[in-house]
Amino acid sequence: MSPARNSIPGSDDITRVELANGIVVLARHNPNSPAITLRGYLQAGSLFDPDEKLGLADFTADALMHGAGGRSFQEIYDSLESIGASFGFNSGTHTTSFGGKSLAEDLPLLLDILNSSLRTPAFPADQVQKLRAQLLTGLALRAQDTREMASLVFDELVYPGHPYSRPDDGNVESISAIVRDDLAAFHQQVYGPRGMVVAVVGGVPAEQAVEQLRAALEDWTNPQQPAEVVLPPWQPLPERLAKRHAIPGMIQSDLIVGSAGPPRRSPDFMAANLGNSVLGRFGLMGRIGDAVREKAGLAYYAASGVGGGLGPGAWEIYAGVNPANEQKAVDLILQEVQRFTTELVSEEELSDSQSNFIGSMPLSLESNGGVAEALLNMERYQLGLDHYRLFPDKVRAVTREQVRDVAAKYLPAAQLAVAIAGPPLES
Amino acid sequence: MDVLKTTLSNGLNIFLKEIHTTPIISHWLWVRVGSRDETPGITGASHWVEHMQFKGTQQFPAGRLDKDISRDGGFWNAMTYIDWTAYYETMPAEKIDLGLRLEADRLINSDFDPDEVASERTVIISERQGHENSPIFRLDEDVQAAAFDQHPYRHEVIGRMADLESMTRDDLYQHYKRFYTPNNAILAMAGDFDSAEMLERIRQLYEGIPVGPAPARVAAPETPLSAERRVLTQGPGETVFVRAAYRAPHAQDPDFFALSVADSLLAGPSNLNFFSGGISNKTSRLYQNLVEKELAVGVSGGLQATIDPFLYDITAVVHPERSADEVIAALDGEIARLQDSPPKAEELARAVKQAQALFAYGSESITNQAFWLGFAEIFADYAWFENYLQRLAAVTPADVQRAAQTYLQPQRRVLGVYQPDGRPEQPA
Repeated sequence: MSPARNSIPGSDDITRVELANGIVVLARHNPNSPAITLRGYLQAGSLFDPDEKLGLADFTADALMHGAGGRSFQEIYDSLESIGASFGFNSGTHTTSFGGKSLAEDLPLLLDILNSSLRTPAFPADQVQKLRAQLLTGLALRAQDTREMASLVFDELVYPGHPYSRPDDGNVESISAIVRDDLAAFHQQVYGPRGMVVAVVGGVPAEQAVEQLRAALEDWTNPQQPAEVVLPPWQPLPERLAKRHAIPGMIQSDLIVGSAGPPRRSPDFMAANLGNSVLGRFGLMGRIGDAVREKAGLAYYAASGVGGGLGPGAWEIYAGVNPANEQKAVDLILQEVQRFTTELVSEEELSDSQSNFIGSMPLSLESNGGVAEALLNMERYQLGLDHYRLFPDKVRAVTREQVRDVAAKYLPAAQLAVAIAGPPLES
Repeated sequence: MDVLKTTLSNGLNIFLKEIHTTPIISHWLWVRVGSRDETPGITGASHWVEHMQFKGTQQFPAGRLDKDISRDGGFWNAMTYIDWTAYYETMPAEKIDLGLRLEADRLINSDFDPDEVASERTVIISERQGHENSPIFRLDEDVQAAAFDQHPYRHEVIGRMADLESMTRDDLYQHYKRFYTPNNAILAMAGDFDSAEMLERIRQLYEGIPVGPAPARVAAPETPLSAERRVLTQGPGETVFVRAAYRAPHAQDPDFFALSVADSLLAGPSNLNFFSGGISNKTSRLYQNLVEKELAVGVSGGLQATIDPFLYDITAVVHPERSADEVIAALDGEIARLQDSPPKAEELARAVKQAQALFAYGSESITNQAFWLGFAEIFADYAWFENYLQRLAAVTPADVQRAAQTYLQPQRRVLGVYQPDGRPEQPA
């Protein structure tokens, strides 16, 4: 097998096994690696947060390793750090994810920590108290971060009444109100094996990795595990909406222009992703980078991104600018969006981005972590195990007309949100 | 895998490492210039020159080279640090020639078009203003300025705002011409190629470039600090930060390794890889005594491999209900403990195992492997990297104790506190 072929995972070299309790295990052996990466997710994201306890899923995930399986926080981290391994949990909107790495021979330790953290976390009261202070400090820093605050304002504008409007890390009131028993109850009621996916990639043969995972996790059950949350339909903005959030003492402003984009599984996604590359990624941040940074010199970064998660994630254009230049930058961005949504991108622009997608894909699969992420993506979005092998054909199939049509569908210039966070403006 | 090392007749150092696990090549060009080579008035010039290197040559006009690389599916970037500037392209193996031609060309042929200089001025000012939103940048800039009286390490890589506003196109072009010569550069590559063939190609591209005069260096040894210096930075927010920055040994000093182990025990293992994440530090001495005891909500340490003696810094994010003074007292207590009694042999063994694991993670990335070929050569040589784990393993408990006694003295440090405007009490 040539190196080129060998580096792209596919159905003939990925082992996929569904355990009796519903956990899907994906494994791929990398005989060149002395290390192993373990990553995955389960259905326990902030969608399950009650409104008055925003941040509960996040707080729970953060607390899992602060005492579990009869071991203290100190003992858990001692076992990891003494061998140079890492492991952690992190909660998002739909799922709570976990991940870590170690030398290949230490996979059993990572699995032991995964298993005990998921099944028997203790949530010691003193540790919960310490974590709360850390989370509140994180929120205090968030309040001073123009990028993060612009993003919160953007979500409020684009997703009113929708779960995507809520911050995964909660707010000062909600985090202050969450107590130890809330974490234990959330864990008991929400955590379970159904919908959980684990990927193991690195210097352990796939069959061995699967058997180790089976031994650790196949007997886990939780009859209380809730059904999947069904997202309410997203409503387009009635008109262009703008909101500015002032943070005294800031030197630079961050701005975001955009709306909701297609979910990853939508047939529109590939065209949107390629179009986004033309708009704000290719070369030095695409057309947006050219207009806002290269020609106008207004910003160090000015680019765009299309989220494409399980639901209608954001398609956004963002930039960091001097407060005096906010309007100028927004106007330039809106001009570019107008052109992008009404005119065809050039043949050269589309083929450039297609070549970039196809050529860069093997680079993203260079490390164990990159491959593990690819395996999880294929499972999460039901792309099929040969997705990365078929990827060049899927990319080449996108047309200029498709790009314009999805741009017009998801970024209607008259119905975009404009969110800004920066210092107070002199009136 | 062996590394092919050679030097062309014009002085260009070359390092080639074949890795055939995946069809990727990472190509780096390092230039021995950084903020260490700047004088007042042109602080930030090295970084600005790096930006100008993306603004075109006659052969690769502005706006074309970025597209050419991206079209081939590569990723590329550049970085400027206190001692060096580095440019890299990681690309599908069969496409790497573009990266080679581009770097050979812009080593000497960049245009520095005055209009492009003007437009980049506001971009760099915007980059600096983005940094200024961060309390840690504000504190770091003040601490660094207090830590050195003469040495250019006293200013940030991005440069002072006044200099960014006043520097001219000619200042930048002279800086470029002075330092961008083959005899002041290192070419390093790792990946799926044949070394003999690649060397031949490099010769074709570079041997016609004439040797330049050896650039004069402005950095002079800094006199030792005679007493602790304190800095108070005020700004927006609610969160207090403490940073203790100690004058540290340079990378070739034998004490560098003992202080690295001390750092690992105090604040967790430093990760020297640029393209691979580190590990947590929750069992480190400072985490245990600052965070677990609820004086701080986070702590980290950083020792950089540098040409001249730079700084070892410890940074703590103060707990919302505690003061900077309480954190400083606990920090000093932990440092005194290391100075008073040597660590246990198991603690050292653990630090070595952590470093081994971090090296294993770093070896997954071809870009990271190519990075090391050039990086180590900037401040020492590639053998420094190859022998790193052995040198670390050779450190004894007494070495660590002595390094703590020597380097972590109050009179060797700047103690900085970031105090939010709205939060009363306790200046440092």
